[in-house]
Amino acid sequence: MSPVIIAIIVLGTTGIAGAVILYAVAKKFYVNEDPRIALIEELLPGANCGGCGRSGCHDFACACAAASSLDNLVCPGAGTEVMTKIGDIVGLAPSTAKAKIAVLHCNGSCANRPVTSTYDGAKSCAILGNLYIGASDCAYGCLGQGDCVASCRWNAIHMDPLTGLPVIDSELCTGCGACTAVCPRHIIELRDKGPKGRRVWVACANKERGALALKECKAACIGCSKCRKICPHDAITVENNLSYIDSSKCKLCRKCEAVCPTGSIIDSGFPLTLKEMEALAATRHQQK
Amino acid sequence: MAQLLTVSASPHIHTKRTVAGCMRHVTIALLPAAACALYFFGIGALIVIATSIAACAATEYIINRWMLRRPSTLADGSAILTGLLLAFNLPSNLPVWAVIIGSVVAIGIGKMAFGGLGCNIWNPALVGRVFLLISFPVQMTSWPLPLVNRSEYFDAVTGATTLGILKLGEADSASIDILASATGAIGGSLGEVSAIALLIGFIYLLCMKVITWHIPVSILGTVALFTLCIGGNLAVELLSGGLMLGACFMATDYVTSPMSKKGMLIFGVMIGLITVIIRRWGAYPEGVSFAILLMNGFVPLIDRYIKPRKFGERRSKS
Amino acid sequence: MSHTFHKGGVHPPENKITASCHIIEVELPREVVVTFSQHIGAMAVCCRSKGEHVKRGDLIAKASGFVSANVHTPISGTVTRLDKWKTAFGYAADTVTIVADDEDHAGDMASIAGRETLRTAKEVASLSDKDIVEIIDNAGIVGLGGAAFPTKVKLSPPSGMNADMLLINGVECEPYLTNDHALMLAAPQKILDGIKLLMKAAGTDRAVIGIERNKDDAIKLFEKLTTGDPSISVAALDVKYPQGSEKQLIKAVTGREVPSGALPIAAGVIVHNVATAYAVYEAVYLGKPLIERIITVTGPSVKRPGNYNVPIGMNIADLVDIAGGVPADTGKIILGGPMMGRAVVSLDAPTIKGVSGILMLPYDKSHRDAVQPCIRCAACVDACPMGLEPYRLATLSRHKMWDEAEDDKIINCIECGCCSYSCPSSRPILDYIRLGKTTVGSIIRDRQSKK
Repeated sequence: MSPVIIAIIVLGTTGIAGAVILYAVAKKFYVNEDPRIALIEELLPGANCGGCGRSGCHDFACACAAASSLDNLVCPGAGTEVMTKIGDIVGLAPSTAKAKIAVLHCNGSCANRPVTSTYDGAKSCAILGNLYIGASDCAYGCLGQGDCVASCRWNAIHMDPLTGLPVIDSELCTGCGACTAVCPRHIIELRDKGPKGRRVWVACANKERGALALKECKAACIGCSKCRKICPHDAITVENNLSYIDSSKCKLCRKCEAVCPTGSIIDSGFPLTLKEMEALAATRHQQK
Repeated sequence: MAQLLTVSASPHIHTKRTVAGCMRHVTIALLPAAACALYFFGIGALIVIATSIAACAATEYIINRWMLRRPSTLADGSAILTGLLLAFNLPSNLPVWAVIIGSVVAIGIGKMAFGGLGCNIWNPALVGRVFLLISFPVQMTSWPLPLVNRSEYFDAVTGATTLGILKLGEADSASIDILASATGAIGGSLGEVSAIALLIGFIYLLCMKVITWHIPVSILGTVALFTLCIGGNLAVELLSGGLMLGACFMATDYVTSPMSKKGMLIFGVMIGLITVIIRRWGAYPEGVSFAILLMNGFVPLIDRYIKPRKFGERRSKS
Repeated sequence: MSHTFHKGGVHPPENKITASCHIIEVELPREVVVTFSQHIGAMAVCCRSKGEHVKRGDLIAKASGFVSANVHTPISGTVTRLDKWKTAFGYAADTVTIVADDEDHAGDMASIAGRETLRTAKEVASLSDKDIVEIIDNAGIVGLGGAAFPTKVKLSPPSGMNADMLLINGVECEPYLTNDHALMLAAPQKILDGIKLLMKAAGTDRAVIGIERNKDDAIKLFEKLTTGDPSISVAALDVKYPQGSEKQLIKAVTGREVPSGALPIAAGVIVHNVATAYAVYEAVYLGKPLIERIITVTGPSVKRPGNYNVPIGMNIADLVDIAGGVPADTGKIILGGPMMGRAVVSLDAPTIKGVSGILMLPYDKSHRDAVQPCIRCAACVDACPMGLEPYRLATLSRHKMWDEAEDDKIINCIECGCCSYSCPSSRPILDYIRLGKTTVGSIIRDRQSKK
């Protein structure tokens, strides 16, 4: 017999034997799975961010397939369109919960917060926070080491080199909440994205009394209650020298923003006023 | 105070040892062997060493700056060391183009493809050498004779290595000149021939505490024991081929060797066994490179299961 | 017999600038700020109100629980403020401010012991072990080696565990620090008296004083004083960091290894610092609570480096001024030694019981080198005195792989800093391990509390 034939016989037999074993094993250990799970999983972004509260996209798909109502099942990464499609697959109405987005309760940029020390260590807010107060006197504000940036699976957060603060991209942020969990100072909040992406919030977390807070940061909320008094919708509360705007009550009138003496209330998503546009143009011109 | 206070976590002082310092020590330790190479092989050795170092450095620089767009890492000295080690593993009459291909493979595939220094699984210099050995077996196994070829590069008179002679059964081991093997007046890759020069470098590294004895001693010990068991010539096996170079400089590469002392011993013993097996029963006369590369692949596994004994834990849990 | 521990360790430059300096008494300040959390464990609870007059050595805050310690005032005066004060690390802590008037101040300066509660040797001899522990508890004594663990807790081991040996820690392996050394030279007999009291309290009949060989004078002194006393001996140890760590010291002196995850008492040993022994002496013989301690103020360019006996609660900046002020080239100021001390952000903060030194490093020595990739050189593995794999633990922590980190015993880390010190790539190994240790520790506590 020629070596070629021997080779063919040996390899062929091995291959057939392998195929038989694989087939037997696959049959024996076949897991019966709802075919809809695979369909749903295909629609999901596959980032396994955990923003839905499940341990990953597959788990979420299983939960959707087994659910009797989609009210508590929302994939923050997928958007309403995908959720409607998933609803079609499982024959349920998608949840009507409002879209969320992460906002930062700190405006302690380098200009607003005097720098009091240089941190020289591992780039991690958690490590820095355990070590000491951070590069400013504020014990509540952003530590600026970018744990939130590292935690974001959507590339929605980056550090602004000018302010030293994280910037959240409204287009990319899915409201999964990974950054809120990882921030050691707990200054990132998931808020309603707001109509047309418009929202107003207090960009400060400092609970010190007014004078001290102001010493620590020029843009601190001093708890003066001016915003609470002027709010026509009763959306603002002041607790522990810190103001908070309830996004479910806020009607986006921005009166509080105008009255805030330290400018700690900021907004997002509104079209620029003429004045702001002029200011922006002026800075652009200067930069040139 | 003129400046802001710096705050960092303890410890606030740091050893003087640096990565570049370690690389410099290893390079210095290789100098005696390099001198021997220049003495025995002359101009050819010079060309191969210079080409290899330059090509390795250039490859790393180009990949860092143009492909990965990150700062150059030449300052840590590891590319230069890789170039030197690669050259040590090549015959002194290897054409320049082959040396360049070897360097590009060593740095490009052996190191940078994994993410650069510290990330590679296989010893870059050996990756380059084995690539050349398999791709260009003729050029890679024509060994210039020592001393007679000092001014020749292209037309060197070549001969077989000690191990090659033994493999082919052209001579029995008793007739081999042990003294020549020790000093390096034998055919072979340009850096591996002089066992004494390599040992001087090894002792230097031990004194500077750059490496520990575990890997070299376990490799050499295993080779010696195994050779005795199967009835080989001890001195010839230890002194010839790339064993000294491999045991002292290639296997001890930080990145591709185990972290724990126990792991190092296992690593060394296995390299020794595989080397002798390849030399005795394999197709190639020399097996150190293959043995090291094989065991490099096992390092993550060794590190996973062989841990140092933790303080306060019983020696054995039985 | 071995004269040091074997596993790991490093030899940082000693830089003991103040080694031959005598103890300098610091003049009592007119104002002190006493914080309530100067020790490991529960915060002490304030028992004074604003406007109240207190005398030197009076209780200011009471221990709140088993692992906690009393806090006393080092000066007489009036409580003027009860509020938050920023510590040297920037975070606010509850404090009491006490301000002395001229009369108080003069009185304090006159009374060295602080109190008219001296005990005679006879009275001391009649004290039972429980009495001594109670005096130590009342005096608010904590471990003065740096960790500030309440001393009485160590003297009250869990039932069924008994110590057969008291180990006195005079190692002082941290570079720069010489406060224990100075104390050993200044008051050896008092330390020995304190050791005898600790032996009685712990119920042991054997004590060993561990001292590193770089303090030859102290070794000789104690050897001379303990000849003829078989119960106390001196162990001269080879210099190696971190020999002052309890577990390493026990290994070096006795050869015993404290089991992983257990307290030193499991090896039959209780370890106390020499300064703690001295504080016990003062508490028992003089009735003086822990209101002073020796602090080494040092640094390459400090004008008057030295070992200062400081009232606990004195402002750090004032103390530094006595030592010649902050040198102009200072880039980093550390409370404690350079291996385990903590860098401060502000000097306008009170001293606390655990501060053993104030080290001012010049600007050019204040920064870490640029971080390079790990080259797997295993220097950290070789240096780790606990037999851990620091490179791996740091990576696991960075990637938040807490389960694996727990399996690899991240909890065993003593945070000695040998790994970061020895890393040729200047990687922040300990930074990440410390984070992982804290996180894994809380995960384990959560799990245990759920059971």
